[in-house]
Amino acid sequence: MAEPWEDDEVEGPVFKFLYVNRKAPYGTIYALESLEVVLIAAAFEQDVSLAFVDDGVYQIKKGQDTAGIGMKNFSPTYRALEGYDVEKLYVEKEALEERGLTTDDLIVPVEVVSRAEMADLMDEQDVILSF
Amino acid sequence: MKLAVMVNEGPYQHQSADSALQFVRAALSKGHEIFRVFFYHDGVNNSTRFPVPPQDDRNIVDSWSKLAAEHNIDLVVCIAAAQRRGILDADEAKRQGKDGNNIAPGFRISGLGQLIEAGIQADRLVVFGD
Repeated sequence: MAEPWEDDEVEGPVFKFLYVNRKAPYGTIYALESLEVVLIAAAFEQDVSLAFVDDGVYQIKKGQDTAGIGMKNFSPTYRALEGYDVEKLYVEKEALEERGLTTDDLIVPVEVVSRAEMADLMDEQDVILSF
Repeated sequence: MKLAVMVNEGPYQHQSADSALQFVRAALSKGHEIFRVFFYHDGVNNSTRFPVPPQDDRNIVDSWSKLAAEHNIDLVVCIAAAQRRGILDADEAKRQGKDGNNIAPGFRISGLGQLIEAGIQADRLVVFGD
């Protein structure tokens, strides 16, 4: 049965949507609820990109274990994004370096861009949602 | 210009709701159209009608309701975020078997699709949050 919030798809032009993830995956709910927006929005068939900056890079770090904090480890969901045609994931180079991380530490393939390139990427968008 | 607004923090603890209210009032006074205000994350707490702030303080929820009534503004609360935080309208209360509802006048509960639609339909989507 369709839920009442699943019937509001719109048809029309394709816009460039960028979801900017800035926060660590746990500690606040921003990362989880951002992912919920991305998954729902996939039904609208827009041109979607995800950016990971600041502590947001921890959202896609390998080896997350949440057993000790009583929360669900939702990081495997990022690997499922490909199935929703969400394939453009950008990670800020400086954010990785500042945290001693490399792309080998990440659970999904990403494109690493500099802080300046990230600004250019944002400039190209129609809609930016920042979490 | 056709504007959409997203509010991501609850009232009082963060300034986002105040800033969003002031932005909406200023935009309307300049002749802009507000396509929709969408409440997400703790922003859904702007939509409960039960807060009783001190008499010498502003009433943020009432301000939203008044604004909606005066300017016919579409105030939409995300259903998933609302359910987590105990924000219910009469239909949802019945559906979830809860003994009451708390939605304030002028607000309606709907899906995240309403946020994406606002991003598509409006000239600008302005996000208020931390």
